[in-house]
Amino acid sequence: MSKIVEVRDLTKSFGHVTAVNQVSFSVEAEKVYGLLGRNGAGKTTVMQIITAQLFDYSGEVKVFGEAPYENSHVLSRVCFVKDTQKYPNSYRVCDVFHQAALFFPEWDRKYALALAEEFRLPLNRRMKALSRGMLSAAGAIVGLASRAPLTIFDEPYLGLDAIARGLFYHRLLEDCAEHPRTIILSTHLIDEVSRLLEHILVLDQGKLILDDEAEALRGRAFTVVGPAAKVDNYTVDKKTLNRELLGGLASTTVMSDGNGEDRQHAEALGLEVAPVSLQHLIAYLTGEPPARKAVGVR
Amino acid sequence: MEHFIDDSRPIFIQIAERIENDIIAGELGEESQVPSTNQFASFYQINPATAAKGVNLLVDQGILYKRRGLGIYVASGARARLLEKHREKFFEQYVKTMLQEAEKLGITREALIEMIHQEVKVS
Repeated sequence: MSKIVEVRDLTKSFGHVTAVNQVSFSVEAEKVYGLLGRNGAGKTTVMQIITAQLFDYSGEVKVFGEAPYENSHVLSRVCFVKDTQKYPNSYRVCDVFHQAALFFPEWDRKYALALAEEFRLPLNRRMKALSRGMLSAAGAIVGLASRAPLTIFDEPYLGLDAIARGLFYHRLLEDCAEHPRTIILSTHLIDEVSRLLEHILVLDQGKLILDDEAEALRGRAFTVVGPAAKVDNYTVDKKTLNRELLGGLASTTVMSDGNGEDRQHAEALGLEVAPVSLQHLIAYLTGEPPARKAVGVR
Repeated sequence: MEHFIDDSRPIFIQIAERIENDIIAGELGEESQVPSTNQFASFYQINPATAAKGVNLLVDQGILYKRRGLGIYVASGARARLLEKHREKFFEQYVKTMLQEAEKLGITREALIEMIHQEVKVS
């Protein structure tokens, strides 16, 4: 399968802060990726580099096989929707759509107008007069109607209510089925989007800590509950993500080796075994230092 | 529809299970057409590739088959085969588990069989 994005050993520092640290991954065509992580994990920096809005980094970044910086051949095929997008003061919603039509070869004007109606976005309103939610809706519409072969959404839902977010996810799925393209969705609302994603990338403190198929990760982790001594004995040779104590009981979350034998083993020992959702797995992986430290100690 | 999908198990397996259950319940008849992967994706709000993986799992097992250019259909004899498979699972999933739980609670085999007799009589 062809690679849409290839990132190798990417490092970017701002002064003394290393925002992105030795990150390598690739993005395959026509898949929906989730770029997940907590605030400040380095998600936006990575996206800005892929879309040539940041340079002066070390490592190699290729988009459609070429370096993105000042490369119109690459950039006309990339749509980057971000919550901090600035527009000229005079721009109305329809002007933004007009500009998008000039920039994106695959722009679908009819679709943009239909979406504007669904999101109740007034076309003649000036961008600077739009509410936070409406501004996000405008960005989401540009991202959808651009039909760019690589579309990146950076936290696209700020200010959007639950209904509008649901509408966005619905239209995204539907339109990608009809017009297959590569999507990178950056978000920390993992529970809302996890079912849409095919591949998951998780950044934590500038490092890529997870790069796997969503389906392979669902059910990978499980929690064992039982007498603390028994649980600890069971988890001694395993990768643990979290451990909680309640009296003499321990509840420890384990990253499975994948073949299910470790789970059967726990059941055979009489430990209670509960599945862990994708959202919880990611939360454990990107948890606060104390929880992370437990991984090393175990 | 999101509540019908459990995020702690692979979704394609859940899609396959749903189709299996619909065939067993007779809601999807043999030689009838199965919804398209895009329809599944839209209904359950999941990625179409994931839906396709679930459907293909059953195609590989011969429960469903593809008619070129038309779509996916339920194979003849699919229901009987699924019933057999699910009956085997029934023992593992329910009977064995019930016996284990009964033992934990100190319910004798005789008392357990008596409970079943009582319930069957009532319903």
